[in-house]
Amino acid sequence: MTKTKTTGISRRNVLKGGAAATVGAAIGSGVITGFPTYWAQASKDITITHVGSIYTTNPTVSEQANKDLGFTIQMQTLDNTTQINRMLTQPETIDVSDFGNTNMGYFKNRGILMPIPVKEYKYWDQTVPLFTQGTYADGNAYSMQGYAPIKSQYWTDASAQEYSLTPTDFLVGIPIMYNADTLGVRPDLVPHKVESWGDLFNSEFAGKVALQDGVNVGVPDAAVALEAAGLMTYVDKGNMTREEIDKTIDILIELKRAGHFRSFWTNFDQSVQLMASGEVVLQSMFAPAVTEVRTRGIACQYLPLKEGSRGWYIFQSAMAHLDGGDKLRRDCVMEYMNWCNSGFNGVYFSRQGFYSSVPDLMKAQLSENDYGYWYEGKPATADIIDPFGKVMEKAGAVRDGGSLWDRMGNVGIWNTLMDEDRYLVRRWQDFMAA
Amino acid sequence: MSVSPRVASWMQATPFAVIMTCLVIVPLGIIFVVSFMDFGFAEIIPEFYLGNWQDVLRSTLTIDTYITVFQQLAIVWSITLVLGFTIAYYLIFHVRSNFWRAIFLAACAIPFWTSGSIRMISWVPLLGREGLVNQFLVGTGLIDEPISWLLYSEFSVIVVYVNMLTLAMLGPIANSMAKISPSVIQAARDQGATEWQTITEVIIPLIKPGFVVGTIFIITAVMGDGFLVRAMSGNQVNTPAVAIMNEINAFQYPPAAAKSVVLLLIVLGMVGLLLRFVDIRKELAR
Repeated sequence: MTKTKTTGISRRNVLKGGAAATVGAAIGSGVITGFPTYWAQASKDITITHVGSIYTTNPTVSEQANKDLGFTIQMQTLDNTTQINRMLTQPETIDVSDFGNTNMGYFKNRGILMPIPVKEYKYWDQTVPLFTQGTYADGNAYSMQGYAPIKSQYWTDASAQEYSLTPTDFLVGIPIMYNADTLGVRPDLVPHKVESWGDLFNSEFAGKVALQDGVNVGVPDAAVALEAAGLMTYVDKGNMTREEIDKTIDILIELKRAGHFRSFWTNFDQSVQLMASGEVVLQSMFAPAVTEVRTRGIACQYLPLKEGSRGWYIFQSAMAHLDGGDKLRRDCVMEYMNWCNSGFNGVYFSRQGFYSSVPDLMKAQLSENDYGYWYEGKPATADIIDPFGKVMEKAGAVRDGGSLWDRMGNVGIWNTLMDEDRYLVRRWQDFMAA
Repeated sequence: MSVSPRVASWMQATPFAVIMTCLVIVPLGIIFVVSFMDFGFAEIIPEFYLGNWQDVLRSTLTIDTYITVFQQLAIVWSITLVLGFTIAYYLIFHVRSNFWRAIFLAACAIPFWTSGSIRMISWVPLLGREGLVNQFLVGTGLIDEPISWLLYSEFSVIVVYVNMLTLAMLGPIANSMAKISPSVIQAARDQGATEWQTITEVIIPLIKPGFVVGTIFIITAVMGDGFLVRAMSGNQVNTPAVAIMNEINAFQYPPAAAKSVVLLLIVLGMVGLLLRFVDIRKELAR
C-alpha cells in the first residue's frame, strides 16, 4: 500500500499529516478549488451515505476511506430490490450508489442520477476501453447482446435523461468492477471436458444442472446454451422478441418437466452449496462462488467456453440531488468516488477475483504475485491469499481462463434487462409454475 | 372531571381505529387502486388499465398456483393436525409433572433456535442426493441409487412446512386442552368411557377453539409464504405468494397488487368461514 507514488499525487504519504494534508492532496489533484483550510474544517462534519451490494460495501473499505478522507463515509449494504426501490423513491436519502448492469433500464428519463462530468473523474484516461470506447483492449468491438457497458456509459447531455452510444462529457457512472461469468464445473463428477454452453442441456447431465433464478442472468445463460445446443436461434439473446421468449420458455418448460434442472439459485451461498454438495455438476456461477467452493477443498473449474462468457459490471454513481444542493457535499462525493478507484478498494476486490476498471493503478499497488495471478494469468509464485487471510490457491496455480483479456476478451452476452421484460417475467412465472 | 360513557367509549376505540385506518385500510386501498394501473420499467403509470385483472382472472397461472398452494395446505394441515393433536394430548394428559411438560414444550421450539436461512441450507446435507437420508437408504440396500426428489421438490417444501408449523398447531391445541378441567375427564372415566371415547366425545368438542386458531395459523402461513417455497423447491414451484414476490422483484407493482388483492380475499374468506363455525371470542373467554 505504499507504492502510490506512480499516480502523481502521493496522497497516502502526506496522509500522516491528517485531514488537512488529505485536502491538500485533493486540491493538488485539481478536484477542488477554493479555500483549503475552510474546506478541511467544513468537510469534517459531512457524512456521505453510500449504498451498494455485499460486493461493493464492506467495513474494511469504509474504515480505510474514513482514514484517508477528511469526512465520514457511511456504507449501507442492501439487497438489489430494496436498493433500487430506495434510489427511485427516496433518492435524497442516498449520496453514492453502486448498481449492476441488470438495473440500467430503470434510470433513463428519471433524473435521479447525477451526470458525472468526465473532467471531474481523475482516472478516465486510464480506464479500460470496455467502458470508455466500447471495445476490448485490442480495439476490437465486443458483443452488443445484453446491456453492454457502452450502452449505458454516457449520458447524451447534462440533462441525464438518455444514454449515448458514443462518448460525451457526462458519465452515467464510474465503472467499479466487472467480470466475465461462465459455467462452473465439478471435474471429478463430469466425465468429459466441457467446452460449450450447450452441455448445460446435454441429457448426460439431466437432473444435475442449475441456473441462476431470474430473467436478467438465468434466461440469457439459458439462451446461450439453447443456441449452442442448436435448439434455438436468436437475433439478440440479450433483448429477445416476444416470439423468441415464447419459444425459449416452451423449451425450458419441456426440460423442466423431464427433470433436467436440479435447482435455480437465488443467491451466492445457494450456488456454492449446490456445487459443494455435489447436487449439481454443471451450473452457471459467479467467479467468487467458484473460488469459495475451491477453498473448501472441492475441485471446481471455471472454464472458458466456445460461445464466450456472460459479462457484467457494476457502476458507481452519485444522486442528482447533489447537483442542486450543498456544493461542499458534492465535492466530497466526487472526492470519495475518485478515492474508490484510486487503490485500496480496487486492491481489496481484485484479490477476490473481480477486475478493476483501472488495472494499471492496481499493478502499481498489488504485489507482483497477486497481479500476475489475478490479472496476467501467470502461475502464482507464492500462495494466493484472499483479503480475509484465507489461502485461496497454492503456489503454482494459474487462474481459470487466464489473463484479464483472455477472460474478458470473449464476451458472448452481457447481463441484461430486456425491453420485453414485462412479458418475459410473466412467461417466467409460467415456467416456475410448470 | 367526568366524561359521558358514550364519549369515553369513543375515546377508547379511537387509537385502534386510527391505527387500523392508517396502517391497514389506507394501504390496502392504495394496493387496490394500483392494481388498476399500467406499468413500465420500475414505474407505475397512473392510467386506468384492466390488463392486470384480466391476466389474474383468466390465466392458467392463477389456477396452477392456487392448485399448488391448496394441495400444500391440505397436506400440511392434515399432518400438523395429527402431530399437533397427539403431541399435545400426550403432554397435557400423560405427562404428569409440570416441569417436564414445560421442558417438552420448549423442546418443540428447538428448530427455531437458529436463523431461517441457516435452517434452509441445513436441509441440503440431510435430504440432498449425497445427503444422510440417501446415504442411509443406499447403505442399507433399500434403494440402488440416490433419490433426487427428497430435495428441491414439492416434497421438501412439505417437509419443511411441517417442521416449522407443527408448533403453530400444537400450541393452541395444547392451550385448549390445558383448560379442560381434570374433573370432566374423571367424570367420563367414572361413567365407564374408554380413553378413545373420552377423546372423541369429550376432548375433541372442547378443544375446538384451539383447533380453529391453529388452523388459521397454518392457513395464513402457507398461503402467505414465498421464501420457504422458493428456497426448498429450488425456485421450481410457483404459488400465489411466490408469483407476487417475482413481480415485486421485477418492480412490476400493478400485477403484484392485483394478485395480492385476490390472495387477501381468499385468505379472509377462509378465515371468515372458520370463524362462522366457532366463536373464538366466546370460547376463549370461557
